[in-house]
Amino acid sequence: MKAEKGLTKERVIHQKKSISRGRVNINDVTISFGSGANKNIAVETTTLDIPPGEFVCILGPSGCGKSTLLNSVAGYIKPASGQVLLDEKEVTQPGPDRGMVFQQHSLFPWKTVHENIAFGPKIAGHSQKECDSIANTFLSMIGLQGMAGKLPGELSGGMQQRVGIARALANYPSVLLMDEPFGALDAQTRLIMQESLLNIWSEFGTTVLFITHDVDEAIFLADRILIMSAGPGSIIADLNVELPRPRHSDIATSEEFVDLKRKCLSHIRKESLKAFECSTNH
Amino acid sequence: MNVRALEKCTDDRPDEVENILLPEEQNFTVENHDSTKSSTEDTLELKSDGVDHSVGSTKKTLKPPVLEKVFALYKKTDSLFIGVLSISVGLVLWHLATIYSFNFYINFQNIPTPLSVGSAFITQLADTEFYIHILVSLKRILVAYSIAVFLGVGTGLVIGRSRMMRAAVLPYIEIIRPIPAVAWIPLAILMWPTEESSIVYITFLGALFPIILSTVHGVEQTPEVLVRAALSLGAKRSKVFLHVVLPAALPSIASGLAIGMGVSWFSLLAGEVISGQYGIGYFTWNAYSLINYPDIVVGMLVIGALGSLSTFLVRLIMRPSLRWTLPRN
Repeated sequence: MKAEKGLTKERVIHQKKSISRGRVNINDVTISFGSGANKNIAVETTTLDIPPGEFVCILGPSGCGKSTLLNSVAGYIKPASGQVLLDEKEVTQPGPDRGMVFQQHSLFPWKTVHENIAFGPKIAGHSQKECDSIANTFLSMIGLQGMAGKLPGELSGGMQQRVGIARALANYPSVLLMDEPFGALDAQTRLIMQESLLNIWSEFGTTVLFITHDVDEAIFLADRILIMSAGPGSIIADLNVELPRPRHSDIATSEEFVDLKRKCLSHIRKESLKAFECSTNH
Repeated sequence: MNVRALEKCTDDRPDEVENILLPEEQNFTVENHDSTKSSTEDTLELKSDGVDHSVGSTKKTLKPPVLEKVFALYKKTDSLFIGVLSISVGLVLWHLATIYSFNFYINFQNIPTPLSVGSAFITQLADTEFYIHILVSLKRILVAYSIAVFLGVGTGLVIGRSRMMRAAVLPYIEIIRPIPAVAWIPLAILMWPTEESSIVYITFLGALFPIILSTVHGVEQTPEVLVRAALSLGAKRSKVFLHVVLPAALPSIASGLAIGMGVSWFSLLAGEVISGQYGIGYFTWNAYSLINYPDIVVGMLVIGALGSLSTFLVRLIMRPSLRWTLPRN
């Protein structure tokens, strides 16, 4: 009982904090790989302003540079020009203020579920007791209390991704960066995961940058959809999703949803055709 | 994964080393015993079914129940039984070859019979000197191997992560690694103050390279996504090393440690045969000099047993830290 009280307090504090933090600014960012004749521009001059607490999906075909853009926000990649800012501070390296969720196999396979979630707090210098309490909070949030002592290899793909989300959130980041986190899951599990992600997000209110190539997923989750095109990567459309929250999977049949889907698909189709013609010409 | 790493390591090693690696590969098959057994059982079952049907349809005079019993027995005989049988056949052939003085290119005239080897072994068991030989060898292995583990894993971790260190150290490894332990003996005797230290040095050298190379290999195959995950969770370089790179490299390091143990025995024996007054290698060679042929085979078998046992111990010690690599349901 005591522990639970402590937890709710912690969450309230976090929610208050998160309202004022988590603004992501991408200012004239260009990302390229290689140099000279082999220079390959992955992301062309892009500018974005993502207000705190917004759920943004970046939608685009594979290879369009959407992961590259996310990696620059994470701090894994340095832009060739331009700046990435988080709450007005320039991003220069990876850090715990940006929680990262990967597509798959990103849990430390030699650490238990509990140790995986407690990793961030432990690195941050929290005492073992605090780490345990944080880990337990997030274990119960994702409904995997019974799995605390298991190794990641003993969990299903969906459970592993839930642990991945919990691990990223255990640092109370200002922004959650998700790189196709449900891409490797089967369709049913994916739907459940999407709903539970929205539940978690409504509680935390963190800014979310979510990469996907699944149109339905983007519409179902996002406040705002950015459609990216390939060669070189750039944002070709910025759509607001005005569907009411909380959302349930049956909204996929509503008129607004279908309208939005049509819009997204037509953008993507044009781009995919272009990419397809390019690849056949070569 | 371990098996692959092992194969890779044995592939780029000279022949002499490969020979000493054989007992380990056998160890592997013993460890994977369960899976191979189940697969052979499957094929046996298939075979017996197939034969059964064809017999039943063509010859009705043969009684199927008897056949079934034979096949049931056949199925029950697991690989252990077949193994014992095979060894017994080998012993009998050896015995026959020696008592009839088989001599056709290979000469069995001076080879001791299995029984004389057995009785020589029992005689040696009652002799304290025999145990001193074993203990001296074990001590040399323990000292040389410990140093090799310490330096090998350390060097491997450093050159696995630092490009500059790798560029500086790798040429030495590439030059020294292919030189067999035996070739080191004259120089080692010149270099080191005592015979004992030169033997330990040669033993150490044998274990060192497999350990370094497996460690480098393990560090290199650390999944990048795990490094990224740790970085985004706030870990700095040293913590990434401790929490991600080291555990990720552990399976490869473990197989390097096992290989290193095998090679260090090989090197030790080379050193002991040529110099020294004690040690199981000296014992074996001395038996030849004294025309005490059964003791040669006793020495050989003891060397083999000690090699297998020590490799097994290395694997046993490493096992708890590799719990996460074991397949699970």
